Amino acid sequence: MGRFVTTRTLPLLATVVVFVLIYAVCAAQYPAMLGLRVMGNLLTDNAFLGILAVGMTVVVVAGGIDLSVGAVMGLTTVALARLIEGAGLPPALAFALVLALGGLFGAGVGAAIHYLKAPAFIVTLTAMFLARGCALLISTDSIPIHNAAYDTLAATALALPGGGRLTLVAGIMLLTFLAGGILLHGTRFGARVFALGGNAHFAQLMGINTGRTTILVHAFCSLMAALAGIVFSLYTRSGYALTGTGVELDAIAAVVIGGTLLTGGVGGVAGSFIGVLIQGLILTWITFDGTLSSWWTKIAIGALLFLFIAVQRLILVASARYGRSGAGPAAPNTPNQATSAPASRPSSGAAAPSAS
Amino acid sequence: MDMKTLLGSRKISRQGLARRMLGIGTAVLLGSLAAGCDSGDKKGLTVGFSQIGSESGWRAAETKLARQGAEQRGITLKFSDAQQRQENQIKAVRSFIAQGVDAILLAPVVSSGWDEVLGEAKAANIPVILLDRQIDTPNVDLYLTAVTSDTIEEGRVAGRWLAGKVQGRDCRIVEIQGTVGASLVANRKKGFEEAIATAPNLHLVRTQSGEFTRAKGKEVMEGFLKAEAPGSICAVYSHNDDMMIGAIQAIKEAGLKPGTDILTVSIDGVPDIFKAMADGDANATVELAPDMAPRAYDILLAYRKDHAPPPKWVQTPSKLYEPDTAAAEYARRKDLY
Repeated sequence: MGRFVTTRTLPLLATVVVFVLIYAVCAAQYPAMLGLRVMGNLLTDNAFLGILAVGMTVVVVAGGIDLSVGAVMGLTTVALARLIEGAGLPPALAFALVLALGGLFGAGVGAAIHYLKAPAFIVTLTAMFLARGCALLISTDSIPIHNAAYDTLAATALALPGGGRLTLVAGIMLLTFLAGGILLHGTRFGARVFALGGNAHFAQLMGINTGRTTILVHAFCSLMAALAGIVFSLYTRSGYALTGTGVELDAIAAVVIGGTLLTGGVGGVAGSFIGVLIQGLILTWITFDGTLSSWWTKIAIGALLFLFIAVQRLILVASARYGRSGAGPAAPNTPNQATSAPASRPSSGAAAPSAS
Repeated sequence: MDMKTLLGSRKISRQGLARRMLGIGTAVLLGSLAAGCDSGDKKGLTVGFSQIGSESGWRAAETKLARQGAEQRGITLKFSDAQQRQENQIKAVRSFIAQGVDAILLAPVVSSGWDEVLGEAKAANIPVILLDRQIDTPNVDLYLTAVTSDTIEEGRVAGRWLAGKVQGRDCRIVEIQGTVGASLVANRKKGFEEAIATAPNLHLVRTQSGEFTRAKGKEVMEGFLKAEAPGSICAVYSHNDDMMIGAIQAIKEAGLKPGTDILTVSIDGVPDIFKAMADGDANATVELAPDMAPRAYDILLAYRKDHAPPPKWVQTPSKLYEPDTAAAEYARRKDLY
């Protein structure tokens, strides 16, 4: 076991291994799946899901959950269509407006969770109904966006060899993952998020303003949902209120497959990225096969989720039993004390003092 | 609620069956592929079909006919169920392109947002045929043709039948609409109104949405029966058969005889309405033909042979059925749905 294989990195490694395995099986069966074209499609077609997963990862690491992201995304697409098509706003202004509104919406959700001491599940469920209702109120029809600047943005792509394309929306997703990684692992805010998710009470004792962190975390998540909405509207060049129905669950699945613990305090965006790709890959494989019902995607994702939850549990049990060898080496590698403490927290009892 | 759970359980068993059929289908397909390889390089077509989902019996029948039709013509069908999500359809179309299929069938879940991906298909020289619904695009070159029914004509056919049936007699008609906002609903209403406008003895007195479901159709009909003077409703027009089946139940519960005391005409041609007609409870249905994919295959094969582009819109016939053929039609259809 090298110094990189720790309680924190093992779930991520497992995810990468699963991804490579699935990809190898796909490529062996359908050589066309090896090409850059399919790779480019995978990034473009899952761009909105990836961006949602970045926001969701931060929320889940903070020990929360956000069920409203799909609805916020749908609301954003239909609001954009109305602003650009109906009100004739230039796209840049419309983007700024929906991003600001998305952030505010999330801040409100975070505030409700913190000040009402209500479970995130219920508050974000309420927010989901609210956002979906608003979206349907604006329009129940799919509204096409006819705008020259929009068409240019949607068609912007880097040509890859083999007929593949790295589109603008795929690029935005990759940048979002990069930004999310820096935010979570390279800033004080990120450290606070880990601390909050690890143990809210400890975080408070450490002098962290948990209310502010909760509000910011949800604001960030809804901001990402609004960005996903922009990406989706570029992707389809239209706005539709029912866009993204149930996609919040896909985002949560990507986060969990990526090795982020639903109990909070452990995880990262790199795993979520692979989690998104795994889901996209399974769907691509099923389409390539063409005889299976695409509901098999759900079954495969369900099985994978179960596998990962079991693996995570086993790792935690093992690291609790062998105390130092599992969690110990993580401490010197981590730049911040706050991140290392919650990382070993779930191993409870014996491990918690060993980290300090 | 009851109806929902009932339908749900029926769907599961149907899926189970479908899966088994699928397994058999795969075996047959693999067998035929192997046979194809043996008999030299006889090139069969590969067609990708991105279906909306399996939300109704009609759509399940459309899918089933797509599979059967492909098998009969030696076409390898790559089928993808989008589960009502546009993003899944876009992904499927992109995968079809990456796979290099010979043609793509698309039953679009929404009307807009297809320009980008259909542009990619065009760039890859893969013809796209729209099934069952049109799309909203400034560039009609993006698809080869659209195979759909004429939804206004469906309403007209229903209206004309009713006008012929009541002759000169005064007739107060009630209408059960589909889900408000859908273009299909506006068209079926428009066509019907056009047809009855020519007969001054026909009056459309009430109209309300039954949201395309049986339960809601029954509820709406109960309301109509209470609101109108007893015996004054002469006919009911429903935008789909399911709502009509609910309405028939409501009429029976009110102590009247559907099909005799109150005439019925609806649209779709699902097996249950044929059963109702055979039992004397319903009078007429306008079929929305579910064999859209086989028609598309034939258009495609002809196009590949002589390279003459087909018309941009291929209409499927809107045929009206009456009780005289209902028993036979029911027997023919009940396995399809």
